[in-house]
Amino acid sequence: MARVVVVGAGMVGAACAYSLARDGHEVTVVDRGPVGGGTTSRGEGNILVSDKSAGPELALALRSVELWRRIAERLGADTLEWEPKGGLVVATTDETLGALREFATQQAAAGVSCEPVEPGDLSGYEPNLAPDLPGGVFYPGDQQVQPVRATAALLYAARIDGATVRHGVEVLGVRTRSDGQVWSVECRVDGAVVEIDADAVVNATGTWAGDVSARIGAPVPVLPRRGFILVTEPLPRVVRHKVYTADYVSNVASGAAGLETSVVVEGTRGGTVLIGASRERVGFDTTISYAVVRTMAAQAVRIFPFLDRVSLLRVYTGFRPYCPDHLPVIGADSRIGGVYHACGHEGAGIGLAPATGEMIADLVSGRSTFVPAEPFSPDRFVFEAA
Amino acid sequence: MPTFTFDGQPIPFRPGQSVGAALIAAGIYSWRVTRVDARPRGLFCGIGVCFDCLVTIDGAPNQRACRAPAADGISVTTQRGTGHDDLAV
Repeated sequence: MARVVVVGAGMVGAACAYSLARDGHEVTVVDRGPVGGGTTSRGEGNILVSDKSAGPELALALRSVELWRRIAERLGADTLEWEPKGGLVVATTDETLGALREFATQQAAAGVSCEPVEPGDLSGYEPNLAPDLPGGVFYPGDQQVQPVRATAALLYAARIDGATVRHGVEVLGVRTRSDGQVWSVECRVDGAVVEIDADAVVNATGTWAGDVSARIGAPVPVLPRRGFILVTEPLPRVVRHKVYTADYVSNVASGAAGLETSVVVEGTRGGTVLIGASRERVGFDTTISYAVVRTMAAQAVRIFPFLDRVSLLRVYTGFRPYCPDHLPVIGADSRIGGVYHACGHEGAGIGLAPATGEMIADLVSGRSTFVPAEPFSPDRFVFEAA
Repeated sequence: MPTFTFDGQPIPFRPGQSVGAALIAAGIYSWRVTRVDARPRGLFCGIGVCFDCLVTIDGAPNQRACRAPAADGISVTTQRGTGHDDLAV
């Protein structure tokens, strides 16, 4: 069994620790901050298959929804606030409806269960929707968790399987043996430099993975892509599913640096309704833009008119770990033996976390992976640079 | 003295008083029941921070009684739950 240091106590790090500890590895999770203190606590807890086009990320998502179901069974759905609520994607124009239906046809061929919804049937799914929308597609496989609770639950389960979780630990680099294999992880703890012996290191530092991978000596390109989420006052159940507009899919797939917005609306156990989603590449600037907030609010009112009678309590911002080719970076780094990456999931880290953790555990344990791992390999950047 | 109504009952107030202050002066300490357990709520912090004193004013729910100025003729009513039960699906 290997001594594995997982860097990052967010959703992805917790999922890696969970799978590695179940395999019997000696796992230490380190984070400079608290559990889920980065992007994990800045999203909505989306577990989506609906927004993924046929390809490697969809394969990972389909595996993940199955693993989330098993995790909910094992750890308790209420513990995670796990809700298999399904997603309803709506079009706002006839053109986008055509594109959405075509997208869904390709997804269905790749194994996604989805059903077209005629305009007259939309209100059966969501009674509060605007009555003039041209139609949509329903995806029963979409789910939701409360991401910080889910992260804490997975770390708790990992600790029961022997893992250790350490906070206030900043990773400075790795030391290697003469044969190039990882020997230890060098960290700063309370101002002192300490070493944690390790056979393997997993870089699960999300949006900060670019910096941490450089410190380790195995850089991968991960950049921040900012988003805002609007939070309403607590309401009764007003939205049953994840509801978003078809523009969301093209925005996610876009590589533009400028602002893009689409509407993503969902209720929470606590009663607040969360309204996303904006995307812009502006570095780590946390300034709230009221122009963006206004645009997002107006778009949300377009599909859920009742929202114009509802107050917002607050707006929060976060940074998705964006990778230039829109695929997460999962796998062994060929530059340093024992270094693995599990990062760059952009806005899908919560959803993709369990399949990512499973893949890392399979690779560390020397098994073949459930989902083909090659498309996610960090080597795509290594050879690009060479 | 100007007055507003609370659940139909006339409440006198002095100009500049908040709705919450006028209700307290009239001996009324609770004007909301909570969402989950229907527990009574009134003023807690009294300075606009805690959102415990929410009340419905002229049909608009979730107004902070401690911050809302009392005005002649407004209709203040007890708020139950979120104040948005009509939106439930």
